[in-house]
Amino acid sequence: MLFVTPWLITFLWFTLGPFIASIFLSFTNYRFIGLPEWVGLNNYVRLFTDDAKFIRSVINTLYYTAVHVPGIMIMAFFVAILLNQKVKGQPIYRTAFYLPSVTAGVATAYLWILLLQPNGLVNQFLGLVGIDGPNWLTSSTWAMPALILMSFWGLGTTMIIYLAALQGIPQHLYEAASVDGAGVIRKMWHVTVPMMTPAIFLTAVLQIIGSWQVFTQALIVTNGGPRDSTLFILLHLYRTGFEYFQMGYASAIAWVLFVIILVFTILQFGVARRWVYYEGSTER
Amino acid sequence: MTARTADSNLAPAVVPSGGRTIRSRRVQALQLLLRTFYYAVLIGASIMYAIPFLWMIRASLMSLDMFYVVPQPLVPNPPAWNNYTDVWQVGPVLWWITNSTIVSFVGVTVGTFISALVAFGFARLKFPGNRILFLIVISTMMLPQHVTIIPQVILFRELNWLDTLLPLIVPLLGGAPFYIFLLRQFFLTLPLELDEAASIDGASRMRVFWTVIIPLSKPAIATVAVFSFISHWNDFFFPLIVLQSSERLTLAVGMRWLQAGQYEAQRLHLQMAIALIAVAPVVILFFFAQKHFIRGIALTGIKG
Repeated sequence: MLFVTPWLITFLWFTLGPFIASIFLSFTNYRFIGLPEWVGLNNYVRLFTDDAKFIRSVINTLYYTAVHVPGIMIMAFFVAILLNQKVKGQPIYRTAFYLPSVTAGVATAYLWILLLQPNGLVNQFLGLVGIDGPNWLTSSTWAMPALILMSFWGLGTTMIIYLAALQGIPQHLYEAASVDGAGVIRKMWHVTVPMMTPAIFLTAVLQIIGSWQVFTQALIVTNGGPRDSTLFILLHLYRTGFEYFQMGYASAIAWVLFVIILVFTILQFGVARRWVYYEGSTER
Repeated sequence: MTARTADSNLAPAVVPSGGRTIRSRRVQALQLLLRTFYYAVLIGASIMYAIPFLWMIRASLMSLDMFYVVPQPLVPNPPAWNNYTDVWQVGPVLWWITNSTIVSFVGVTVGTFISALVAFGFARLKFPGNRILFLIVISTMMLPQHVTIIPQVILFRELNWLDTLLPLIVPLLGGAPFYIFLLRQFFLTLPLELDEAASIDGASRMRVFWTVIIPLSKPAIATVAVFSFISHWNDFFFPLIVLQSSERLTLAVGMRWLQAGQYEAQRLHLQMAIALIAVAPVVILFFFAQKHFIRGIALTGIKG
């Protein structure tokens, strides 16, 4: 028992206490000075009926999630397949794909400000194939695609999870499929993909949770703009709580965001039973 | 090179009957084509992922004028090495590095040690509530930071901890749920007989932990330490909220301060130089501890 006390103390003090306090605060009006004033459900009512920015931030986040999550999963899958061959210098290629995932979000954000300039690298690249690139960061149409493009640079973590899963597929399954006369495509679809479903599921859960918590790039690269086109929920929460000091209201945002994430995650686990294959489990 | 490979591939085709020869020739040509195509895609994609880094290095060595020359020079000539000396003047960069180092150091040493201690408690000791408390550890792993941050900030204000490094350091003294979980799972794979043997020899619990469990868990502990370093070094949201004065910031928040503070003027070259300084330790660590990264992620699916 003595061994777990350090954790227990910090848990009670820095997690459980604030967790309960945050429920309470979300029903109050609190401006960081004075005492919280009880306002019942007002904060929640205001969120859904009288806060266009909040609704906008939810829609923006949904947009980002809908493109980012499938996009990054498909690209990471593709890269993992590429890297899973016997090639010389595999660690070098792996490093090239993985390194962006461990570089600090702030440094990455600055770098991409540079890359996304009207005459930046991205547009120069598009110019090579004859496309006249937009002015990414000052256009309310293109700012979100720009952030999504940037997010694809960070596929390393997802890719490594896939790579580990690919390496765990027993070779005899492929041999058996060959004996049955399956070609490359059929092997991919009937052996690789089913055996990868646990990894695919894991990354889908993690990426969706991550999408609801986008913050650094939205703050630094676009600062939510132009015209709120990249205002994410967490950025809205940050401004409300720590720039306008409406801490009661910000707590309500935090709780709605928490419930959204919880619901998405539970839904995914609920649907998982239908498509995720766990080897060794009797039920499918 | 390619031609020679093709030649040697053709060699066995001189053998028997016509039809088969042509077919195997075709198959081999196709395989060669596929192989070439595969390498082209692999190398092309790797270069695309590496180029932004090269661009960062390039921009950090450009003088400000070079940004406005059309077309921009591909390689800055002469390289503006003085950016790396000028960068120390734009803000209290040395303080930022010191602060980041302090927090990361405590996180890696004390944080990892306590996580291991707590994990040992959960893995090896039977005490009432063990299972329930461990379930709580797992649920806090999934609790997003933003849910508790507002009351935490109020708490830190009451303690007079705002604008100091204490909010970043003190919570570490209880270990981190994620690392506790990871290490507990690892300790469970170690045979219990080892503990028992040591206990019979009269070793205390603490001695068992220190002389039996820790030495056997070096790889797992190294993985945790590496992850812990990266996550503390890169941490942004939390320090952004609790720190304020320019010389109290961590490096990540300091970079943001450069953008938002009185240095609003375009200083892209210096920002890139700082960004590179911030990224360097992580990259170096990555090259030395690559296998810990890969195993850690493969094991857990979480990035640092």
